[in-house]
Formats: sequence, C-alpha cells, structure tokens
Amino acid sequence: MTYRIIAGGTLWAFADLKQLMAKATPLRSGDVLAGVAASSAEESVAARMCLADVPLKQFLTEALIPYEADDVTRLIMDGHDATAFRPVAHMTVGQFRDWLLTPAASSAVLSALAGGLTPEMVAAVSKLMRNQDLILVARKCRVVTRFRNTIGLPGTMAVRLQPNHPYDDKRGIAASIVDGLLYGCGDAVIGINPASDNIAVLSDLNHMLDEIVHRYDIPTQTCILTHVTSSIAMIEQGVPVDLVFQSVAGTQKTNQSFGVTLDVLREGRDAALSLKRGTVGENVMYFETGQGSALSAGGHHGVDQQTCEARAYAVCRAFDPLIVNTVVGFIGPEYLADGKQIVRAGLEDHFCGKLLGVPMGCDICYTNHAEADQDDMDVLLTLLGAAGVSFVIGVPGADDIMLNYQSTSFHDQLYIREVLGLKRAPEFETWLQRMGLTDTAGQLTHHGFNHPLLTILEAS
Amino acid sequence: MAKDLSSADGAPLTDNRNTALTALTNARVGLGRVGASMPTTEVLKFAYAHARARDAVHADFDAETLARELQAIGLGSFSARSAAPDRMTYLRRPDLGRRLADDDRERLAAIRGEGVDIGIVVADGLSATAVHVNAVPFLAALVPLLRGAGLSVGPVTFVHNARVAVGDEIGALLQARLVLVLIGERPGLSSADSLGVYLTHGPVTGRSDAERNCISNIREGGLIPPLAARKAMWLVTESLRRALSGVALKEEEATLIGTAAEA
Repeated sequence: MTYRIIAGGTLWAFADLKQLMAKATPLRSGDVLAGVAASSAEESVAARMCLADVPLKQFLTEALIPYEADDVTRLIMDGHDATAFRPVAHMTVGQFRDWLLTPAASSAVLSALAGGLTPEMVAAVSKLMRNQDLILVARKCRVVTRFRNTIGLPGTMAVRLQPNHPYDDKRGIAASIVDGLLYGCGDAVIGINPASDNIAVLSDLNHMLDEIVHRYDIPTQTCILTHVTSSIAMIEQGVPVDLVFQSVAGTQKTNQSFGVTLDVLREGRDAALSLKRGTVGENVMYFETGQGSALSAGGHHGVDQQTCEARAYAVCRAFDPLIVNTVVGFIGPEYLADGKQIVRAGLEDHFCGKLLGVPMGCDICYTNHAEADQDDMDVLLTLLGAAGVSFVIGVPGADDIMLNYQSTSFHDQLYIREVLGLKRAPEFETWLQRMGLTDTAGQLTHHGFNHPLLTILEAS
Repeated sequence: MAKDLSSADGAPLTDNRNTALTALTNARVGLGRVGASMPTTEVLKFAYAHARARDAVHADFDAETLARELQAIGLGSFSARSAAPDRMTYLRRPDLGRRLADDDRERLAAIRGEGVDIGIVVADGLSATAVHVNAVPFLAALVPLLRGAGLSVGPVTFVHNARVAVGDEIGALLQARLVLVLIGERPGLSSADSLGVYLTHGPVTGRSDAERNCISNIREGGLIPPLAARKAMWLVTESLRRALSGVALKEEEATLIGTAAEA
C-alpha cells in the first residue's frame, strides 16, 4: 500500500509502511548505510507527518517483514493481545503520541496496554516523539522483575557490576568485583563477559561468583555472558547458573547469525528455571540488544535499525527476562555516528522497551572511532536516569579492558543517585547497610581499606 | 594494606588508591572518590588515554615514510586509496573502505605482472599509528622467512582509509596465491597502536571473514612483531599447503598449539 501526503506544496509518496517508517526515522548513519534513510531533512519530516495519520491497526495487517519469512513476525502477530489493545485500537500513530503524554495514560493503564502493543507500533510512535516525550512516557511505565532482589521499583535504579578481564584472570575479576561492591554496585547482576568460550573456564567463573554471593549473603544474581547453549551445557553438568544470557535481535535471520532460535531460548529459560535458584522471583533471563545488529548481519529486510531493535524486545518479553539492555554505542559509528545519535537511540530503545513491558536498562557506551566522549555519556545517563531506566552498567573507571570500549563507571552511578535521589534494589540497599557500606540514607560511608569484603581477594 | 585517608569532615580524598586492588588488574579499580565523583588526576588520566586513541583513529597515514623504510629492506611499494574519499566518510561507510578507488584499481591493474605467491597490503584501518609503529618491524622479520622458503612477494600496496576486505580486490589484481593485510586495529584506551594481520587464501572480491585467519594485538607490550612474523609464516605455509584459509585452518592451529602445550 502506498502512503501519500502533501506538505509544503509537495506531494510525498512512500511505497509501503516499511519505507515510510524508515524515512520517518531521525537521521542515523546505519540507515544511511543501509540505503533506507530519507534523502532530505524535508522528506524525513514529511514521512513523520504521513506516519502520524496511519491507524495503529494498520500494523496488525501490514507486516514490515513477511509473516511467512520470519519467526519474530510470527511471534509478534500470534502473541498480540487484542483485548489489551482495545483502548487505543481507534487511534492513529499521532493520536497515540498525544494520548501517551496525557495523565490518562497512567502507569496502571500503560502496564495493562503493553501486551496489546506491537514493536512496530511502539517504534512508529517513538519516531514522532522528541527526546522529552521519550523520557516522560518511559518514566510512567512500571516493569518490575525479581530473582534475588526486586528491580524496577519507582525511584530506584540498579547497576550491573561488569568486572571483565582480558584473559578471565579470577583474581583480576575479583578485584573489580570488590571495587564495585564497595561503591554499592551489583544489584542488577554481577555479570562477566568472558574472553573464553571454553566450558571449563566458564564453569570455574560461575562457581567463583556463586561462592562470593553465598559467602557474603548478597541479595543479587550472577551471570556469565556466554552463548545460551553454553549455559545450557553448564546447567546440565550441575554448574550453579543464576541467569541465562543471550544477545538477541529483531529478525530471525539476525538471530540465526547469533546461533539462536526461539526454541533454543526456550530451552535456556527452562534449564535456568529447573535450578530454582531465585529467592524472590523467577525472572531468569538476561538479554542484550543494540541498534545496527540486523544490518550488520545482513538480516534487516530493508527495515530501519530502530524498528528492528524494537522487534528484539518482542523476543525478550516472550521469555520474562529479569533484565534487558541495549548496548547502545558499542557497534560503532557506521550505525550511530556521534553523541547526538547515540543519545537519541538510547532514549528510543529505553522508551520502546518499557512501553512493551520489558525491564529495560542501557549500556551507555561508545567506541573510540565514534564522535563521542564521556560528556555524551553524562548526558545520556542523566536523561535515562530521569526516564527511570531499570539499570545501567558499572565498569571500573568506565574503561572495559576486555571489550575495549567505554561505558559508565562506579562513580557515574553515584553521581546520578546524588542528583536524582535514585535508590538501589531494596534488598541490596538493606544488605549494603548491614555491611556498613552505606548509611540509612543510602550514602556511601567512609569505610576505608579494611572492609571485610576484601577477603574475597584471598578466596579467589 | 593502604592507609585510610578518609576524613570525618568529608574533605576531598586525593591519595586513596587502594593498592590491594590495583595490583591485581589493569582495570581502573581503587581510584578513590571525591564525594561521588572521580578525583581530578583520574579524570585527566582517562582523558589522556582517550585523546591518544582518538588521535590514532584520525592520524594521517604516512605511506611515504613507510615506503622509504621498506625500500631499505628491499621491498617496492605502491600507494592507493579506497573508495572512501575522506576519514569521516570512511568511518561511517565500511562498504567504501572495502574497495579501491576506481583510478587506483586501473593503475594497479596496469602494473600487475606474472602473479606472485604472496601479496602484501598495508592499510591504515582504524589506527595509522599502529601501522607506523609496527608494520616495518613485522615485515622486516617476515619477508626473509618468506623468501627463504622460496616464495615470491609482490610490491607492498599501501591503502588509505581501508578495511580488511580491500585486500581481496588487490590480491586478485596481483594474481596472488594468498594476501596478507596489515591493518591498524580499533584503538582501546590501553593500546592505541595495535596491528592486526589478516591472511586470505585465493583472494577475490566477496570473500567472507570466515575465510580469513587473523593475528591480532601485534605491538610492543602485546604480541611482539618478530613473534607475530613467525606465527604468520606458519599460517602462510599451512595455508598454501592445504590451499585454504579461515575456520578450517584455525581449528588445526588450535589443535597444534594444544599439542605443543601438552608436550
């Protein structure tokens, strides 16, 4: 179906919904690289005007990627909750934006609506939104998940403690873990990106994390961010795995390039659930995503990268994850060129995830060949803090020496807590106080260098 | 155990590096804090490392100096450009960095001879600094090994604003049995001068990354150039003997290294 609009005395035409969505997307290098971006600033805004008039219902009949060709499309279409959709079923995309910004779209109403929304609807409305709209609406969304603590409560923000080491040295990893805990980090997860994919090495790291969490009775969960099939293999061998990790994307072909199918993800979740390791809940999955992965894998079907990314959240939500994060600036400047594009993408991803009911966090990050620096990360961290991001990443000094990129530091999370008054997961906050690491207001204490947690180093 | 310099009145803590932690990892642990924030010295150290990495990404590729240095070890060279017209375009358009500019393709096609065993490409990639520092020491160690094995080596082709796959087109033009691409790797904060070497057997436009072998982190402080040259020589020999490169060769390499470790 062709979409047309007259704007500024010009008739603009768009061949189909896929093209309309792509051209309506705020400029980013990945869409230019894919050849799907608007050819002028004027065309981009004309596409947004045209998209504003499209009924939300249209997304239920005009698939951007054919139903027959893609299992993510089938997951989205087959899983659509028509009853939940009813309150907004009569709206256009533009009317949907207006409504989302009103008090009528309350936290409770948005929670009830999530199952009735498809990623394409959510991506479409995000394209009409300014950054402040993305913040305001995301802030109203409540997505609360649990394993050994509670993530996503209003007024809280969790942190993934990311203690990576270039060759998985256990004492090096332990040093980063201790450092992070002393800064009050680790309530989202203590999660290692291993350099190795050797099962024996991965199992050893899992045992180490399990020992730390249980010896110090830390109300948090751990994860080795390896391929889902490796986690399944470890669980079968009796290794203590808390969360099962996987990178996922919004198209079947891209997921194939990651070596996963929806069935394999289901097996991973079942395996983790079988261990019954959660104490306050059963959200056992950890997913990572990021704009540009579909184009990078040649699996984008001509769909813009932000819409592909929103489709990844439909994959995530089918498996009731504890946490999901977009690794927003990691992929490089050919997809998100500079600080402005990274900031915009981070806000879009968080908004789309939350509106779809996904416990969305963000790895606020960049590589050295992107036009970005730590100032841009400060901007995005501050905006996402205001938007109610579920969690962010904590890396020693913001410098990941294994993955060779820059993220947010243990200090950065302290900054945003101080500015916005954000608390940690309540169980973790209580533990920090019990350990004498924070006071009753959640402020770090001056504990010095002889804190009992330093004995972790001796055990590793 | 480091001395605790914290003070009850919350005065800035400027000398509280936790050495119990810093001894165990190169990660930026034990930095101390001023209020919630990072101390001045650490902010500046980080900024310096980032500046060095940024400069490496944007450094001009000085092929002329390299050409003179290679002449000294008996290697001729040819300077070319990718289809990416400038650095900013290069960073955003990997597709353009993977092929030669049209006029350079014609020039290279005009000078090709009878074919060679080994084509060598030196590309700036994401760090010209890495190439400036490490390409000549690597080639000075490798070329005698290649010639000693009776292998012919073509003129070195320098390519500005290039990605690894540009070697496929050049290797095909040179009619090389295999091509080695020396390229600057993405700079990290801890290393801005890391060189990578990619080997592709039977180079032709359209080869996939799975058909290549890579030696990475070549630099002083990483895999030093002479050792990297010996590793490359092993890969070249095995690749030519088995007439393939990529995943199949990598698996065998892992087995051989495993056997050597057990022995």
